[in-house]
Amino acid sequence: MDSSFDLINSMLYIVGMKLTGKALSCERGGRQVFDGLDFSVESGGMLELRGPNGAGKTSLLRMIAGLNEPARGEFEIQEGDNEVNLAQICHFIAHQEAFKPALTVAENLQFWADFLSGSDDKADISVALEAFSMEPLAELSAALLSAGQKRRLALGRLAMIKRPIWLLDEPTVGLDKKSVGQLQSLMRQHLDEDGIIIATTHIDLGMEGAKVFDFATLPERADHGMYDDADLEEGML
Amino acid sequence: MKSFMALLKRDLVLAWRQGGGVGTAVGFFLTVIVLLPLGIGPDQSLLQRIAPGGLWIALLLSVLLSADRIYQADYDDGSLEVLTMGAMPLEIVAAVKSLSHWLTSGLPLAIIAPLLGFLLNLDTSLVFPIMGAMMLGSIGLSFLASLGAAVTVGLRRGGLLVSLLVLPLYVPVMIFGISASSGGLSGPDVSSAAMGILSGITLVILVVAPFGSGAALRTYMR
Repeated sequence: MDSSFDLINSMLYIVGMKLTGKALSCERGGRQVFDGLDFSVESGGMLELRGPNGAGKTSLLRMIAGLNEPARGEFEIQEGDNEVNLAQICHFIAHQEAFKPALTVAENLQFWADFLSGSDDKADISVALEAFSMEPLAELSAALLSAGQKRRLALGRLAMIKRPIWLLDEPTVGLDKKSVGQLQSLMRQHLDEDGIIIATTHIDLGMEGAKVFDFATLPERADHGMYDDADLEEGML
Repeated sequence: MKSFMALLKRDLVLAWRQGGGVGTAVGFFLTVIVLLPLGIGPDQSLLQRIAPGGLWIALLLSVLLSADRIYQADYDDGSLEVLTMGAMPLEIVAAVKSLSHWLTSGLPLAIIAPLLGFLLNLDTSLVFPIMGAMMLGSIGLSFLASLGAAVTVGLRRGGLLVSLLVLPLYVPVMIFGISASSGGLSGPDVSSAAMGILSGITLVILVVAPFGSGAALRTYMR
């Protein structure tokens, strides 16, 4: 366990890491969502995923996080070591906040800090509290938080545990103006430290230099992820 | 190790605060044992004969009562997805969650079982055999319950299905658990042999169940 974490920590500081997805294909419930998707992001780069609902933006993030398996295609991290588990060097901030209402804000953060950082004892919840001005909320039960505050709590994971790849699924949903600003400065800092960010969004995240990948430009795109039955049968043969 | 302790601690705190863990299991166990003599009648020798069996059945049902909640909350609030992204394999996550289920259901029940046994006129020489067999056997019960819970985690109201899936697997644990609990009554050899087999069964479950749970959880998240 120790060695894998040393590896993760050292990877953060390696310049030239490159995450590549090759000819990825996604199927959900027997339907093809997208096919032949290629992308690549280099250290210090950000990729914004855009496209209509159901185009597969979240599915792509989940694939990178190791939660879904691509029907075809593969991922590569150009850093020589193929044994790196992609899930372990990623942060995935999904729509669900992954917090327990029965615990306080500080306890929730402390759990993820301990669980995700493992032997690395550098994770400090005060960093997360500070990043989104949550200090006054620390001793409050997480059940009492508003939607935006819960979102900030989830995003706090990004600040306190160093991982090189951030996968953000519409990160600004529910956030107020000030928090969006804090998120932007956190993302800029991450990119300056040679991190990688892949985010789905429908609005402008205000990040200069971000590459935009629009799912509408995919070849043979299934219309909103809905192939008609004839196509489906053909594909299955 | 830090992740291990963090997860165990969180689950124990949650079980304690939400009151759904220890309280429910002990309360249900108590209710069944209190009702049993009322239903059977005041025949002391009959009660004494069925006491170990009654305690075991009550234990089994109490453990099942909280089984479907082992993964449900984590699945619903997205925690399970983040749990897959740590350095700890999902199989170990499943083992830790089964362990915390045992600590909040099987273990306290095994401790109070001899006490409640006096309501059933339990033979005093059986107090320690019952406690030992229940502590050992309930580990297996919790790990099997977590397997059932993992297989049904995506289903609403999966509780009944968990019971149906897991009950057949509980049979060997219960059979050898009860004969191990009978102490010297059916001969010292019988009970110690049964205790040995019970340990064997529990060890097998301990090794196999987390892999099954991990695989089932992964499939559901796909």
